[in-house]
Amino acid sequence: MAERAGTGAAGSDAAPAARVEMRCSGSGGQGILLAAAIIAEAAAALGRRVVQTQSYGPEARGGASKAEVIIASEPIDYPEVQHPDVSLVLSQAAYDKYAADTRPGGLLIYDSGLVEPDPADESVVRCGLPFTQAASDELGKKVVTNIVALGALVAVSGALPAAAVLEAVVSRVPPRFRELNEQAFVLGLRLGEEALAMLATSSAARTS
Amino acid sequence: MTTPTSTAVPAATRRAVLLQGNEAVAEGAIAAGARFFAGYPITPSTEIAEVLSRRLPEVGGTFIQMEDEIAGIAAVCGASLAGTKALTATSGPGFSLMQEMIGFATMAQIPCVVVDVMRGGPSTGLPTEPAQGDVMQARWGTHGEHSVIALVPSSVEECYTLTVEAFNLSEQYRTPVIILSDALIGHMREAVVLPEPGTLRIAERGTPDCEPDEYDTVTSTLDNILPRPPLGSPFRVHVTGLVYNRRSGAPDTSDPAAAADLGRYLREKIYHHRDAIVRVEEVEMHGAEVAIFAYGSVARSAMAVVRKLRAEGVPVGLVRPITLWPFPTLAVDRMAEQVRTVIVPEMNIRQMSWEVQAAVRGRAKVIDYGRVDGKLITPDEILELVKPEFYYHSWEDA
Repeated sequence: MAERAGTGAAGSDAAPAARVEMRCSGSGGQGILLAAAIIAEAAAALGRRVVQTQSYGPEARGGASKAEVIIASEPIDYPEVQHPDVSLVLSQAAYDKYAADTRPGGLLIYDSGLVEPDPADESVVRCGLPFTQAASDELGKKVVTNIVALGALVAVSGALPAAAVLEAVVSRVPPRFRELNEQAFVLGLRLGEEALAMLATSSAARTS
Repeated sequence: MTTPTSTAVPAATRRAVLLQGNEAVAEGAIAAGARFFAGYPITPSTEIAEVLSRRLPEVGGTFIQMEDEIAGIAAVCGASLAGTKALTATSGPGFSLMQEMIGFATMAQIPCVVVDVMRGGPSTGLPTEPAQGDVMQARWGTHGEHSVIALVPSSVEECYTLTVEAFNLSEQYRTPVIILSDALIGHMREAVVLPEPGTLRIAERGTPDCEPDEYDTVTSTLDNILPRPPLGSPFRVHVTGLVYNRRSGAPDTSDPAAAADLGRYLREKIYHHRDAIVRVEEVEMHGAEVAIFAYGSVARSAMAVVRKLRAEGVPVGLVRPITLWPFPTLAVDRMAEQVRTVIVPEMNIRQMSWEVQAAVRGRAKVIDYGRVDGKLITPDEILELVKPEFYYHSWEDA
């Protein structure tokens, strides 16, 4: 079984999950809030119920901050996420503070160049990818790391159709950065799909 | 030649948009006809100013960033006296600075809207985290005997609709109206379908139904609150913070009867209309044995508990004041006659639970629960308060 954290299949016609809770975390300035807002924008455009909240300190840069999204078919009362189905982690500080909340069996996506996860933690499906490195090496712009990570999150979690999220990316960034962000998103999708294939293989190996 | 086509589409087919609470307040203000904002930015209210600095010029309005919050509300009072619907937005520390001018606006009967996006306090406190510590500041923050209207949104949609409502009430009752949002609601994004333009009631200022030279011969009554003509119109108006003669508007501090007349009128013009002003949402109160009294963002956690417990057959209901001031006495009376326990969770320590306790007058047990760490009270915390009230319920099986 390919682990998809129970969020439905990416880009397929499968019915969306009744409720998906996601948390993007990192340090101030990494753009995790924008990533969460884009996910929420895409979900809203698809007619899903969605709530997006955020928590950050008074500082503009640094610190551990998080932004959360709940996508559901029922009304969303309590708006915060306690045990995310999907966690995206872009800094060690955010990992230390937030990763342990991830629902058992949930999906933990992290920047493998910045985060060293606890090797003993087998309760979640781990997916480490070099987002910052890839943004820097392949696009020459570290600033789009969040959009690369967003692409991978969409590919691995299958929470929303990639096309809808790409449309939200385009609508949220200034026109002159549109192409760069499209490239970043597609790069993230590719990284995510490769990781998904490897997860499926290792999962099959484990169960055989 | 092209003719403009109607953009009206049925509400059901209108597309949901993703809006932040603060953005919804700004758009609600525009929809209500507000054309003036003056203020000073402060987290977590800044987006209201940010959006209006862009939107107001688009609709022919004026945005001014002032040197501080005192100047902000002073400019808002000036704009309103000149005939323009006006608002300001701030958080706790700025709300404190505005209190003197809120008293002036109350005394001089100047319609205006003040948005307080509450954060942890006092002082700089927790600038980015939500709280509900200003609910009593909204009621009693300004000096002197006065009445007040304060509304509490629980959702992004209500940030929009209650801003429109706040302008309507302020125009109708010629008084400042306060919107008590918080850092969570203000920064939260939700998919909302906004009401179609034209479907919301918009109260306009109007002009007095008399000739300019007759204006100082007529007096507002509780049921006929005359609009104030704008400064510069043919009507002669007098604006003062002193006690004044209600007919002429001229200062009169030597006549105790006139002072009593004004003092009582300023209070009664709100309380006389309490039933028309106060809005409360009662959820699953039919047969409820325990009620949760919760407002603003905390009401969302309470709602989650009510849904969960009702599905398990536990008779719990929610009383959610949308109007916090005037206090919803009638709804609390109904609740007190019906339930044996009222639970009041709030992001302060006992501010509204005291008020609930006073209104319940011993008819039910009142349990207060406060949190002041900048974190939203969770459904699990409320659930733990409810459980002992149903000691006969088999919670292990639930």
